[in-house]
Amino acid sequence: MHGNRFKHNVLTALLLAPATLWLVVFLVLPFIAIAVFSVGARAPEGGYQAAFTLAQYANLPARATAFWNTMVLAPVGALACLLVAYPVAYYLALKAPQRWRLILLALVVIPFWTSLLMRTYAWMYILGGRGIPALLAFVGIEDVRLINTPGAVLLGIVYGYLPLMILPIYVSLERLDRRLLEASADLGATPLSTFLGVTLKLSLPGVMTGFSLVMILLLGEYLIPTLLGGGKVFFIGNALVDLFLQSRNWPFGSAIAITLVAVSVVVLIAANRISSRVSGARRVDLI
Amino acid sequence: MTAVPDIEFRGVTKRYGAVTAVSGIDLSVPPSAFVALLGPSGCGKTTCLRMIGGFEQPSEGQVLIRGQDMAGTPPYRRPVNMVFQQYALFPHLDVEANVSYGLRQARPRLSSSEIRRRAGEALEMVRLAGYGGRKIHELSGGQQQRVALARALVNKPAVLLLDEPLAALDKKLRTDMQIELQNLQREIGITFVLVTHDQEEALSMSDFVCVMNGGRIVQLGQPSEIYDEPADLFVADFVGKTNLLAGKVAGHAGDLVDVALADGTVITARKRTSLRQGEAVSVSLRPESLSLGASDSGPLKGVVRNRIFLGSTAEYAIEVQGIGTLLAKADHLIGQGNLFKPGEPVAIGFAKGTPLAFPETKNSGTNQRVNNHVEIIS
Repeated sequence: MHGNRFKHNVLTALLLAPATLWLVVFLVLPFIAIAVFSVGARAPEGGYQAAFTLAQYANLPARATAFWNTMVLAPVGALACLLVAYPVAYYLALKAPQRWRLILLALVVIPFWTSLLMRTYAWMYILGGRGIPALLAFVGIEDVRLINTPGAVLLGIVYGYLPLMILPIYVSLERLDRRLLEASADLGATPLSTFLGVTLKLSLPGVMTGFSLVMILLLGEYLIPTLLGGGKVFFIGNALVDLFLQSRNWPFGSAIAITLVAVSVVVLIAANRISSRVSGARRVDLI
Repeated sequence: MTAVPDIEFRGVTKRYGAVTAVSGIDLSVPPSAFVALLGPSGCGKTTCLRMIGGFEQPSEGQVLIRGQDMAGTPPYRRPVNMVFQQYALFPHLDVEANVSYGLRQARPRLSSSEIRRRAGEALEMVRLAGYGGRKIHELSGGQQQRVALARALVNKPAVLLLDEPLAALDKKLRTDMQIELQNLQREIGITFVLVTHDQEEALSMSDFVCVMNGGRIVQLGQPSEIYDEPADLFVADFVGKTNLLAGKVAGHAGDLVDVALADGTVITARKRTSLRQGEAVSVSLRPESLSLGASDSGPLKGVVRNRIFLGSTAEYAIEVQGIGTLLAKADHLIGQGNLFKPGEPVAIGFAKGTPLAFPETKNSGTNQRVNNHVEIIS
């Protein structure tokens, strides 16, 4: 009996070892390093010097703009993504003919297989001087500026993260028991109240999963603001790159990174709380 | 003046592409009746129910509720409510919110105290008072069934539709719910339309049974009529257990025919339709109409193969040479020792007028039925 249990435990440990090792080496240790750095001081020639001070955290307001941009554009971007994604997911899950469903779903995912960098470059062209503004000038609307604006960054965000929003919503809508919709109609609910009272509520876990997924990735977004924001729309991700690679102020960068992680965790917990309270149903766990 | 029927089908046909699910149905359900639509799966009974509910539109014909043509009326404007198969309760709402869902859809809006009062009444009616705050997944199958009933009845529909409502319950609970549904229907006095594939359920609960097969109504009548006087071979076979004996018409006498069975025995049977001399027929003999006796006291002779003792009755599988295996059912009287043993020879008799002769239908595949009964009892 004991021998068996021991064998069983050894096997479990062996199976879990690679993943545990990986996470410890590449996630936990770096995280501890960053946490330690964040209470340290910058060495005179850049990098890290041992110290214990909260000066880096006190200095956070120096990067208030990056925080502000991120804190505004991440939720707004996630929300814009949601508004575009929900009707698509709804159509795919509930309205699209069965035999087209997989093909349409594939069409949503396939662009994802190309690098985000390439796709964002494409947008640079489309929004840049020789893209849409040139087209508008041709029909007489001059001097339209699209690239390097918050709007361009938002567009890039929605475009880049759309599949991440569509898929979890699609999953929760696809799982939705259609008889619940019939029951709602049977009880006198108009299509609108059925949507608000049943469909939307029961798809909230998917909405929350998609929303927090996109939002968390946006909190660390670097590429899209760089390419489509042209350095004018500065995200925390850009600030981190700048601090670690350019000005080599590792402790300050670490403090910002730790703050970012803390914010992400809060967002995640809040999203889970809200969805389980409202829908009362199981969550769609993708993260 | 005759009362306006609660539900009326006028020449209703429903096609899905090339498949005809319901074919030219005319049906009129009087007020305050308990009607069962009974048939095997795919017979069109659920489609009929869904056309009343408004979830399907007839391809041809009209569905009327209390005299009003329902064409183009969406489900949420029909004065009927449905108890769905597996209940379809809202998982994100508690019991009270499920029950009051229909009340909250009413326009002009009802006051919240009115909603609470009526939801409470509905829960009381299904004996679930005090369960309002429970989550749906915390309830047993029987309790969920009651919540579904309360939710459907809270809007005081003209007709309650029940789609296989007892299919998900175990046998004991099903029997209790049958009685409860019957009482409920009498108490509130509205029409119940029940869809079921379980003939026992249909016979035990309803005032009228509408037997369907292949998208058509085969017979409509009171449960005892359906059982005693089945309209055709399908009904005889589908409703209750029966023995079907193949034979040929050998002679006529009024509404009686003489049928020569496969082994040459001639038995007298009642007929439901006109039969030609020499026509292939099936004779239906209910297991309980057979009487078993000592070895030469009846027209058919056989050997007991299996005995299934059920307490108040005993069922026997009896092999009759040249005919097949017959199922017989005999009352068991305590202390009389009237049980036959496997291997014992018996004579099978029946009261005059109990056998019914039906023309053999080509597509029903009933030729093998006599042998199939072995499956039922083994």
